[in-house]
Amino acid sequence: MRIALFATCIVDAMYPKVALATVRVLERLGHEVVFPAGQGCCSQMHVNSGYIEGALPVVRNHVEAFTSADYDVAVAPSGSCVASLGHQQPMVARACGDEDLARGAEEVAARTYELSELLVDVLGVDNAAEQLGSHFPHRITYHPSCHGLRLLGLGDRPTRLLESVDGLELVELPDAQECCGFGGTFSFKNPDVSGAMVDAKIKNIESTGTGLCAGGDSSCQLHMSGAARRRGSQVRTIHLAEILASTRANPLELDEIADLSIPRVHATVTPSAGGAR
Amino acid sequence: MTTVDLGMPGTRIAYGSGNLYEETPFPEHARAELKNTQMRANIGHATHTIRGKRARVVGELPDWQDLRDAGSAIKQEVGARLPELLEQFEANVTARGGVVHWARDAAEANRIVTDLVRAKGVEEVIKVKSMATQEIGLNEHLEGQGIKAHETDLAELIVQLGEDKPSHILVPAIHKNRDEIREIFSRRMPGTGKELTNEPAVLAEAARSYLREKFLDTTVAISGANFGIAETGTLTVVESEGNGRMCLTLPKTLITVMGVEKLLPRFSDLEVFTQLLPRSSTGERMNPYTSMWTGVTEGDGPEEFHLILLDNGRSAVLGDPAGRSALHCIRCSACLNVCPVYEHAGGHAYGSTYPGPIGAILSPQLTGVAAEQNNSLPYASSLCGRCYEVCPVKIDIPSILVHLRDEDIRTKHGQRDQAATQQRSTVIEARQAEAEAAGVTPEPAGHPAEAKKKKVPSEMDLLMKAAGTVMSSGTRMGLAERALPLGRGALKPFGGAKWLPGMVGGWTQERDIPVPPNQSFRNWWKNNGENTQQRVAEDLGDTQLAVSAGGEVPASSLAGEIHQHAAWGAEAQAVAKLRAERDQAEGATTKDSPATSTGEREGEQNA
Ligand code: SF4
Repeated sequence: MRIALFATCIVDAMYPKVALATVRVLERLGHEVVFPAGQGCCSQMHVNSGYIEGALPVVRNHVEAFTSADYDVAVAPSGSCVASLGHQQPMVARACGDEDLARGAEEVAARTYELSELLVDVLGVDNAAEQLGSHFPHRITYHPSCHGLRLLGLGDRPTRLLESVDGLELVELPDAQECCGFGGTFSFKNPDVSGAMVDAKIKNIESTGTGLCAGGDSSCQLHMSGAARRRGSQVRTIHLAEILASTRANPLELDEIADLSIPRVHATVTPSAGGAR
Repeated sequence: MTTVDLGMPGTRIAYGSGNLYEETPFPEHARAELKNTQMRANIGHATHTIRGKRARVVGELPDWQDLRDAGSAIKQEVGARLPELLEQFEANVTARGGVVHWARDAAEANRIVTDLVRAKGVEEVIKVKSMATQEIGLNEHLEGQGIKAHETDLAELIVQLGEDKPSHILVPAIHKNRDEIREIFSRRMPGTGKELTNEPAVLAEAARSYLREKFLDTTVAISGANFGIAETGTLTVVESEGNGRMCLTLPKTLITVMGVEKLLPRFSDLEVFTQLLPRSSTGERMNPYTSMWTGVTEGDGPEEFHLILLDNGRSAVLGDPAGRSALHCIRCSACLNVCPVYEHAGGHAYGSTYPGPIGAILSPQLTGVAAEQNNSLPYASSLCGRCYEVCPVKIDIPSILVHLRDEDIRTKHGQRDQAATQQRSTVIEARQAEAEAAGVTPEPAGHPAEAKKKKVPSEMDLLMKAAGTVMSSGTRMGLAERALPLGRGALKPFGGAKWLPGMVGGWTQERDIPVPPNQSFRNWWKNNGENTQQRVAEDLGDTQLAVSAGGEVPASSLAGEIHQHAAWGAEAQAVAKLRAERDQAEGATTKDSPATSTGEREGEQNA
């Protein structure tokens, strides 16, 4: 199958290794991954901040990028951004009186899958160890981010995948359904409440004794891991895709998690400035 | 987003006044409340307990989602037929001996109540817990007129005696624990002494004997209403303590203040709501006391019944198609109990009578979001969606929050000038009326037009503009991301960033910023995208993978079906699963019985 990757803006710019992990998992199954070059953001930041008119060009760009590209299905490593495609993009287009764009957005949304959804529902993966070679011999817990959980209804797809990873022990997170407090611009418009929410989340993660929390949304993880660091907590976060990508031959080591760059083994071309790690 | 013209030429829309205003912007108010660790512990404990109870009793109903749909549909009907239903209601209440009054806003409602109480020549009244009378600030108003209103609901009494403000719709004293309550009672209840302990039963007994006297001595009672039935003119109050029943039956005169949106078309609609409300509210299958009365009945209950129908901004809410479902609210408080923002910040942080998620939409809608006091409320949410998931009448609170944010931004950009001017003048007039009623010289209020903001772009505007430009083009994103190595170089020696200037400083107040990656995925992919073979080889070595059975592409992804299936509904899915299991089990046991055919079961549900 030809699979179009929607990296999402935050993964593209801050967590390129998560996009790469997504690609590696899909390629392993024999699929071709393409990256529609015009892609930008899903528009959620604008919409949730009340800038619905301001979101219009962002929506239009996404719909154009994913309408003109040639692919069978699209995938994104984010429940929140995928949900936004179906939930917000048509709404933005209609609010601005562009019915054609709204229809286009609906078509793109109907072909776009969250990573665990794609793996389970379309690609038939029910055993990550056997079908993806996933190997990650660590105790972890899992935080289901709100939009994947409640808007998309991902259910137990992500945890079923994790439980089938070779060597992995999944410890249940108390009050897992509670929001981590990110909420986009909420995080800096209401920093105190957001901080109180992430306090509670970090305490719950600590109570599992794992120190490592997996999830499907890098934005929540940027917030949670940044808050943990600020509070001197040992809690770290990791994306589901990274765990699935890790194999016996090429295992993800715990001390690599903190670096957001593409892992060295894959970074065959060194960028001209800044230097690799 | 358009608003509907209600077609009433010359009638200015009445926005709400009274206890609907947040005096301090939410973020600051919340910051102060967050320091109250006792309050947070009390609320955290109480909300977690009630959440669990609610989840249990909701989870046992296989038709819960159908009930929610029914509740939502009935409330939609009420909105669509409101003028006609109100007239029908008025006619039926009048025919059964009640007197109906209409109040445009808080000031009018307060005046009507005061006149009615004065006409009875009394200086004390008893009250059933009511959100509408809190909204209009009735107790404070009566106090100013020399009339003492005694709250008879236990939690409301605690708040009143403690000279505090309610912080929850159902349990106004949720922020107080037993020790604090004991302290308030021993200070304010005559006759309580050392024997008063912090045992719930002892505290309840103290309140009971205190209230008994009031019930027997007072001849005028004031209540709100949970439902008003247009078809019959019947009013309903549901409660747990029996105090409501006393207030509704013992006094000679009963005055009820009811928001116009509390109507139901038919008596049979109660079937739906008496199931939805207690399960959502107290986590009980049935509430202990359901009182219904229709006009007056000779020799039974009050001799005189007055009903005040309150608008106070509700017509204005009804005029907004994107926000009007906020009027469906049955004040169950389920959304408060699951809301993490409410849990941490507490109810007082919302300023208005209506706290929590429903307050964050309803208060700014009733006053108009252009009332600057309330324009921080729509942002008081991380949009996690739990409120929508539990709301028994399916109010899509997150979507309304986003809609109100949009209204706020457009107001600030001067795109809603007419509405904004009208909304602001409501605030100014309400303040003046309040000051006059309290006998003080009103503060010189600026002309509403003056409140029209200078339209310089805010920091947020600039951020969104810049982000919009970059994020709406892959090329521009790629270019912007070229700066990543620079950021990495700058931050790496420090292990990340701890401080940012301006508005985004809110981010670094609570979190570090990590060292950015050395390049974006987009830019990396350009040079490395094609190396698939190499990647697979590195990852798998000589491992052979088991074959996956997939390959069928479904008609639509979850995102494509978001509006049909489980929108904001992990719980909806869980209940659907339960129902499917039940149906399967039923189908298995009574396979041949025609009674279990889908058609009949549907018939049952619609009955
Ligand atoms: S908005 Fe819904 S959940 Fe919240 S109080 Fe009203 S009816 Fe209950």
